[in-house]
Amino acid sequence: MSSLQMPKVDDAIMSKKDKIASELRGIINSKNVLSSPDELRPFETDGLTAYRQMPLLVVMPETVEEVSQILKYCNENKIKVVPRGAGTGLSGGSMPLEDCVLIAMGKFNKIIEIDYENRCVVTQPCVTNLAITQAVQDKGFYYAPDPSSQIACSIGGNVAENSGGVHSLKYGATTNNLLGIEVVLMDGTITRFGGKAMDAEGYDFLGLMTGSEGLLGVITEVTVKILKSPEVVKAALVGFPSIEDAGNCVAQIIAEGCIPAGMEIMDKALTKATNDYSKAGYPTDAEAMMIIEFDGTEHEVEAYIHKAKEIAEKNNSSSLKISKSNEERLKFWAGRKAAFPACGVLAPDYMCMDGSIPRGKLAEVLNEISRLSKKYNLPVANAFHAGDGNLHPLIMFDANDKESLRKCEEFGADILKYCVKVGGALTGEHGVGIEKRELMCEAFNDKDIQQQLTIKVALDPNSLLNPGKVYPILRKCAEEGRVHVHGGKTKFPDIPRF
Amino acid sequence: MSMEEKQNSQTSLDFNQNIFKPSSREEIVEIVKNCYRKNIPLEINGLKSKNNIGRNFQSEKTLDLSDYRGIIDYKPEELYIKVKAGTPLKEIVEELDKNNQQLAFEPNDFGYIFSGESNSGSIGGVVSCNFAGSRRFKVGSVRDHILGFQGINGKGETIKSGGTVVKNVTGYDLSKLISGSFGTLTILTELSIKVLPKPETSKSLIIKNPHLKKALDYLGKGLSSSTDPSGGVFYPEYFGRNFILNDLTHDGGLTAIRIEGPINSVDQRLNRLSKELSLLSQEFSILDNEQSNIFWVRTKNLEVFNSLKSNLLRIVVPISETLQVIQKFKNYEIKYFIDWGGSLIWSSFDQLNTKILEEIKNIVKKHQGYITLIKVEEDLKASADIFTIDPIKYKISEKIKKSFDPKRIFNPGKMYTGI
Repeated sequence: MSSLQMPKVDDAIMSKKDKIASELRGIINSKNVLSSPDELRPFETDGLTAYRQMPLLVVMPETVEEVSQILKYCNENKIKVVPRGAGTGLSGGSMPLEDCVLIAMGKFNKIIEIDYENRCVVTQPCVTNLAITQAVQDKGFYYAPDPSSQIACSIGGNVAENSGGVHSLKYGATTNNLLGIEVVLMDGTITRFGGKAMDAEGYDFLGLMTGSEGLLGVITEVTVKILKSPEVVKAALVGFPSIEDAGNCVAQIIAEGCIPAGMEIMDKALTKATNDYSKAGYPTDAEAMMIIEFDGTEHEVEAYIHKAKEIAEKNNSSSLKISKSNEERLKFWAGRKAAFPACGVLAPDYMCMDGSIPRGKLAEVLNEISRLSKKYNLPVANAFHAGDGNLHPLIMFDANDKESLRKCEEFGADILKYCVKVGGALTGEHGVGIEKRELMCEAFNDKDIQQQLTIKVALDPNSLLNPGKVYPILRKCAEEGRVHVHGGKTKFPDIPRF
Repeated sequence: MSMEEKQNSQTSLDFNQNIFKPSSREEIVEIVKNCYRKNIPLEINGLKSKNNIGRNFQSEKTLDLSDYRGIIDYKPEELYIKVKAGTPLKEIVEELDKNNQQLAFEPNDFGYIFSGESNSGSIGGVVSCNFAGSRRFKVGSVRDHILGFQGINGKGETIKSGGTVVKNVTGYDLSKLISGSFGTLTILTELSIKVLPKPETSKSLIIKNPHLKKALDYLGKGLSSSTDPSGGVFYPEYFGRNFILNDLTHDGGLTAIRIEGPINSVDQRLNRLSKELSLLSQEFSILDNEQSNIFWVRTKNLEVFNSLKSNLLRIVVPISETLQVIQKFKNYEIKYFIDWGGSLIWSSFDQLNTKILEEIKNIVKKHQGYITLIKVEEDLKASADIFTIDPIKYKISEKIKKSFDPKRIFNPGKMYTGI
C-alpha cells in the first residue's frame, strides 16, 4: 500500500490523550467519548479503504451545542478535528489523522420537519440520502440527487462532498437541491446559511460550504428541496458498434434539446462483466452500451424516447430496447449498478477513478485510456455518466504485487491528468479528499490554490479542521491512492457503487 | 519620474484619469495592482444597468468593463458558453437564440424600472447580482448556472475556479461565492455559463382570480403537482390591465402558471393542471407559445413597475409565509406582484422612510425571509441598510472579503459598511 504524507503529528497532543479524553467527557456525555483501540477501530477508514489511520479519540455529540463546545475546546487547545458522517466517501475525506479528534455525527439521525407547503425537508445531517425520499414518497415526492451509495451515505456527507448521481444531468447535484444548512465553525460559532426562503442575500456561504469536504465547518442541520415524483419513467437500452457512435449519439441527443434524466455508457469490457454478473440481458457484442432514461408525463417521455431512438439509429445503433414496464427498466439498471462488484470478479483488486470531461471528448479520452491500459499492461473497464461527462474508469490490478499497485496508481493519475488536459476536471463527484490532493496542481496554479487556502485560513486560522485534505501537501503531482477494492470487498460491499 | 510611474508608462494606461476602460485582462491586472499599492478604491461597472442597486459609496476611480467584452467560446453541444464579463447579456441571448438555446435562469431586466426601457446589462453584472427570474424554483438561480470563472482578486492576481464541465467538485465552489457578491470580492473577467435547450413550446394557464389567498392556493397545488410548471405568478387586480394579449379574456387579477416542453406533453399537462385545480372553463384561458413568452418576458422585466416613481423592494419568504406578510403590509401604500410560485414578492411602497422600512424588515424577518432594496429615494438610500445581515454573518463576510480583497479596494461599502 502506498504511503501517504499527512500533516505532522503533534506529539504534545498525543501525549495528552488521557487528559483530552477526560476534558471532552466533561463537555459531552462521557459514554460518547471513545478512546480504546477497539472502540476506535471502526473509524479508521472511510470508503477509500486503501488508507487507514486510527484517530486519537472519537466523540459522538448529540446536540449542536455539544458540537460547538467540542470545536471550541479543540480550537483553543490546537487539536485537529476530522468530521465524519456515514463514512462512505470515496476520496478519503473523513480519514482520521493520528492526532485528531474525530467527530462522528451518527447521533444526528432524525428528520426534523417535513414541510410539503414549502416543498422541503429539514433534517439532521446523518440521516441517509435515501431516508429522505422514503420519508416523503407516500405523498409522491422525492429528493433528487441519488448518489449510488444512497442507502448508506448521509445527507450531511452529501453536502460536504456536493454529491451527484445518475440523475444529476437533469436535476443537478446536491448544491442545486439544497436550501439551507446549520453549521458550526472551528471556533464554535453556530450559524445558519440559507433556509426555506431561496437565495439568501449576502455572500453565498451555503454554496461555499457545499463541497468544501469538511474543511470549513461541521454541518449540523440540512434543509433540502423535494420534488414531485415524475409520473412516468422509461429507459432505452442501446448497443453501438463503436465508442465514437455512442459518443456522437450523446452529443446529438443533447444538441436536439432533450435532456434525459440519466444517460449512461459502459464499454464492451464492462458490459460483458456486468452482464455475466447480473444477467441483465445486455448486448455483449456491442463496443459500447448506453442506457438513456427519461422521466416526466406520459406524452413527454414518449416524445423524448422517440427522438432518442431516431438519433441512436442515425448513429448506427446495433440494438435498441425500450423498457415496457418498470420492472424491465430496473433490470436495465441492474447490470449498471452492479458494475463494481462485477469488476471484483475480473481481478483481485480495482481502483475507481472519477474524472470529468467535455461530452464530445468521450471517444478521445477512452482511446487514450485504452492506450494507457496497454502501456501499463493493466486491464480497465469504463463506466460513464455520459450526459454530464463524468467518467469512472475501473483499473484492475493486484494489490499483493507492489509493482502492480504502483503501475495502477500511475495509470490513474495519467487518466486524470488527461481529463484536465481535454478541458475536464479531476473529480466530478467523489471529491478530492486525500485521493487526488497532489493532483490539484494539474487543475489549478499556485495563485488559484492560494486563494482557496486564504479562505480556509479566514474561517479556520489554525488549520485544525480536516487538515491534509483537498489541498496538496507535497506540492508535486505525486500519484496517490484511488478507491481500492480487494477481493471484491469494499468497506460496505452491499452498497452499490457507480 | 518614479519607478512606479515608469512601470505604468510602459502601457497606454493613464493613471491620472478617473475612469479606466480596459479592453484586456493585462490592463485590468495593472490597474488593480496599481490601486492595491496606492490604496485606491475602485467602483466596478459593467453596463450600469443595476448600478443603482446597493449602497452608495465613495470611490476615487471607476473601472468600466464595458469594453472588456466578447464571446470566447460557445459549444452548444457541450451546453456552455464562455464569455468576457463585460459582454452585454443581449449579445449572449442573441447568440444562444441561433442554436435554440437559452440561459434558463431568465435574469431580471431592471432597465424598465430605472429608465423606462430595456437595459439587461452585462453578464458580469447579472452574475454579481444573482437575481433570477420566474424559473427559479425549477432550475435554480443564476449561481446554479455558473460553471466556472476567472477573476482578478484585490491584489491583482488572476484566479480561477470551476471550469466548463457541469460535474466538477475540485476545490471550493467559488463560482457560488462570487455570484451575488456585487463586485466586492473579485473583478470578474471570464465566465463559463451553463446553457440549456429552449423548450419546444411554452404555454401558460391564466386563471381569473383577484384574491391572493386563492392565488397562493393555485400556485401551491400547481407547483406540487406532477405537471412540472416552470413559472407561477400572481398579479392583483390593479396590474391585470397591464397584460393585453389576444387570448387573455379578462383584465382583472390573474394567476399564471407556465408549462414547458414538447407540444403534446404541454397540452396534456395543461389539461391535467386545470382539472387538478378544479377550474371551470370560464375561469381560465391558455396563452399559446408566443403570447406566453411575451407574458413572462414582461414579468422578468418587472414591466408593471415601468418608470416607477416610488420605491421598489424585493422580498423573499418561504411560500407558506407570503399571505401573512402581505396581510401585515395592509397599513402601507403598496402595489405588489408575486413571482417564484409564491415566494418572491416585488412590492412598491409609496411612502417609505427609515421607520417604515424597519417595520417591514421586522415583519419579513419574523417570517423567515429577507428584503433587498432595489429602488429607493436618495435620502433613504443614504441612511438605510440596502441589504440585511446579522452580526455573525457580518463577521464571516468581513473575513471572506479580506481573503479576496485585503485592502478593500473593490466596491467598498457597496453591500455593507466596512465590507
